[in-house]
Amino acid sequence: MTARGDEETTAPRVTRRAFTDAASLAGLMAVLGLAGPARGQSLRQLGPAGMQPAATDVGRIFFSDAEAAFIEAAVSRLIPAEGDGPGAIEAGVPNFLDKQLGGEFGGGARLFMGAPFDPAAIPQLGYQLPYTPADMFRRAIGAINRKLAESPFDKMDPDAQDTFLREQLEDGKIGELDGVPAKVFFDQLRELTVQGYFSDPVYGGNKDMVAWKAIGFPGAYAAFRDTVGRHGEAFAIGPYSLADHDKIPEPDMADMEKQR
Amino acid sequence: MTPITANEKLKPVDAVTIGVGWTGALMAEGLTAAGLNVVGLERGGARFTVPDFQAPTIHDELRYSTRKGMMQDNTREPVTLRHAPDGVAQPVRRWSAFLPGTGLGGAGVHWNGQTWRFSPEELRLRSFSEERYGKNFLDADLCVEDWGISWADMEPYYSQFETLCGTAGKAGNLNGKIMPGGNPFEGPRSKEYPTPAMQQGYMDALFGKAAAGLGYTPFIQPSSNMTQSYVNPHGIRLNPCMYCGFCERFACEHFAKASAQTTILPVLLKRPNYELRVGAQVLRINLDSTGKRATGVMYADAHGRIFEQPASLVVLSSFSFNNPRMLLLSGIGQPYDPRTRKGVVGRNYAYQTMSTVEVYWDKDIVTNPFMAAGASGTVISDFAPTVFDTGPLGFIGGSYILGGTTNGRPIEYHPVPEGTPKWGRAWKEAVVRHYNHTGHVNVNGSSMPSWNNFLDLDPTYTDAWGQPVLRMTFDFPENDMRMSRYSHAKGKQIAEAMGGRAISEVIYGRPFDVTKYQTTHNTGGAIMGSDPSRSVVNRYMQSWDVSNLFIPGASCFPHNSAYNPTATLAALTLMSIDKIKSEYLKAPGPLVHV
Repeated sequence: MTARGDEETTAPRVTRRAFTDAASLAGLMAVLGLAGPARGQSLRQLGPAGMQPAATDVGRIFFSDAEAAFIEAAVSRLIPAEGDGPGAIEAGVPNFLDKQLGGEFGGGARLFMGAPFDPAAIPQLGYQLPYTPADMFRRAIGAINRKLAESPFDKMDPDAQDTFLREQLEDGKIGELDGVPAKVFFDQLRELTVQGYFSDPVYGGNKDMVAWKAIGFPGAYAAFRDTVGRHGEAFAIGPYSLADHDKIPEPDMADMEKQR
Repeated sequence: MTPITANEKLKPVDAVTIGVGWTGALMAEGLTAAGLNVVGLERGGARFTVPDFQAPTIHDELRYSTRKGMMQDNTREPVTLRHAPDGVAQPVRRWSAFLPGTGLGGAGVHWNGQTWRFSPEELRLRSFSEERYGKNFLDADLCVEDWGISWADMEPYYSQFETLCGTAGKAGNLNGKIMPGGNPFEGPRSKEYPTPAMQQGYMDALFGKAAAGLGYTPFIQPSSNMTQSYVNPHGIRLNPCMYCGFCERFACEHFAKASAQTTILPVLLKRPNYELRVGAQVLRINLDSTGKRATGVMYADAHGRIFEQPASLVVLSSFSFNNPRMLLLSGIGQPYDPRTRKGVVGRNYAYQTMSTVEVYWDKDIVTNPFMAAGASGTVISDFAPTVFDTGPLGFIGGSYILGGTTNGRPIEYHPVPEGTPKWGRAWKEAVVRHYNHTGHVNVNGSSMPSWNNFLDLDPTYTDAWGQPVLRMTFDFPENDMRMSRYSHAKGKQIAEAMGGRAISEVIYGRPFDVTKYQTTHNTGGAIMGSDPSRSVVNRYMQSWDVSNLFIPGASCFPHNSAYNPTATLAALTLMSIDKIKSEYLKAPGPLVHV
């Protein structure tokens, strides 16, 4: 196995690219007579790309401005606002993605990162890239934004965005995105977008439970002993989030007592 | 293997169990009742219904289902997979296709409670096949075996396990008499189920009606989710199931799903001759200089300190595929070699062969897919293994076909009709339109052992303790694909009779796709039998090579049925316990002589 594979196995860690970028940034800052990152401030917080979060981005922990612009535009095509049901933006999906990628999932939690890696393995053997989700998104979005420097994705009209997503990313025509096959990135983006749409709002997406309301899922309310046998009746209680723990109606304990 | 040196040698005990799931808890209960001092070594943490499984925290799909919160930590203990003996295995870097558990109670905490008995003839499947279809019927790549036990041997222990769990159901064959409302294809049972069958959800009922209309015999699935309050023989009370829809991949907050926690541990943990140690990762079974006797185990605690725990009796009761791995790491038994077809440890690894059909109705049919228990559902067994004539069809095995769902959790469950785009407005509108107007049919098929499918140690990848990880070599045998196509067509026929406007379907086939959840019913690798040259354990789960080592679990199945494995592996464990108590403890040594 190559040294590259070994080098890039331990998670969480600073990637060579991030390190290089940060090192060149530090050099540039030294030339300009500026202070380096404050003690305790991680490279991840600083970010290899955007570097200077705008004032409106105080809630973000992962995406730079440029990355966020791509993500917001992309998820609003994956689950658009038009038609029945909320869109990904209304459902807060970009916030979910930011928190997931900036958190333990992004850092590679529950992703085995032991070397060697064989990215050429057939897809039925699963993900085989030496990148954590955070690395993968940073690489892929950075590469897309560089390729589209002249006409950024978020400035395209919706039809052109759909075509780009379908042909360049989903069908993979654009090729590798800084080491990440476009389809692998697209599939992960779509999967995480669906997760952000339907997961409990405590994770930052599915804002106000809009996606649950649209489909009729009652959320963390989960006591259907009395209603499972009432076939065909619409269920009117909820939805409730995990955060509604003090509001969720209790199961009918009288009925349970009767069963004893 | 690199020698392991202990930092500390502990005081000897009578018995040690490697893992405290269903089999480890059952064994420890039986052995402590017989007066033995028993230590349970569990690699994961301690966890209990209160406070660990409580609502609403437990109703978190992202944490427990999507992110696999209750599963074996694959960053420390992964497995690798390849599709053929000449392939290069890659690590399963995320769990998806199967979900081994970890922690006190094991995978028996996140199971669904589907509590099936296998078909009687499956216990002598090779003989059955040869008698009925001749010696040349089975495909040349199959290594189907007899189990070395009979239905009469097994039946009392199936009943014992159902009584322990308070299993809900309706007998279909009571002492040879076919009973209305039950499974007419089941083996004769000595007792009715302890509690009445579960309620039917709407899609279960629509499936039952359609299946009956086609001349099949639908019945309600046997379930260890309680239908009423139940006190088991240990005096432990279970509560009624709430049909919450957070069962498989989750723990039950209501004391309503049978598990070690809800049926055994409250009694076991109070016994002065039982000690549970959590965070105890067993690295090796120690043997004496003859290699014929286990002297105990080596384990690492959470700090990485290595302890030697001497024991007179060792029970290897970890998750199914971790059992053969521990044997290989410990140098016990002859490893299977696919080139010579000799050796036993690792052979007959099997899985299950699954397909699904979704039914889409008009908006006036409201199916409420989130109202479901883990083991609710209506089933036909007309096409189960050995109960119908597969001779003209050219395969061995079969499927049960189930209507209903275990959950409507929307990250995982948001079916859309065929032809729907994978994203965009049309996808979103299809999800919104169909979520609450959809029914699910599951075709749960058997898995025959092949000479090409086996478990061994990976030559490349190691776990967090530096030991080789388990390597799976598996793909679906052609026999099973023929079986699956046939069963799927039957399932599809019922689905089409359910009155929907459209259906969609999935058949899981070759190459085995490790990214798609199919089943966690991984079996074999340390199989039982009556011939030591073709099996790892005898009918009492006792190692042929090391007579004070017992290896209960689905690792002992010579093939895998269509039916869910828990009741069968538990019944075999209970049979083993009886034999240990009645014979082994009086005169330790081999229980079967050949």
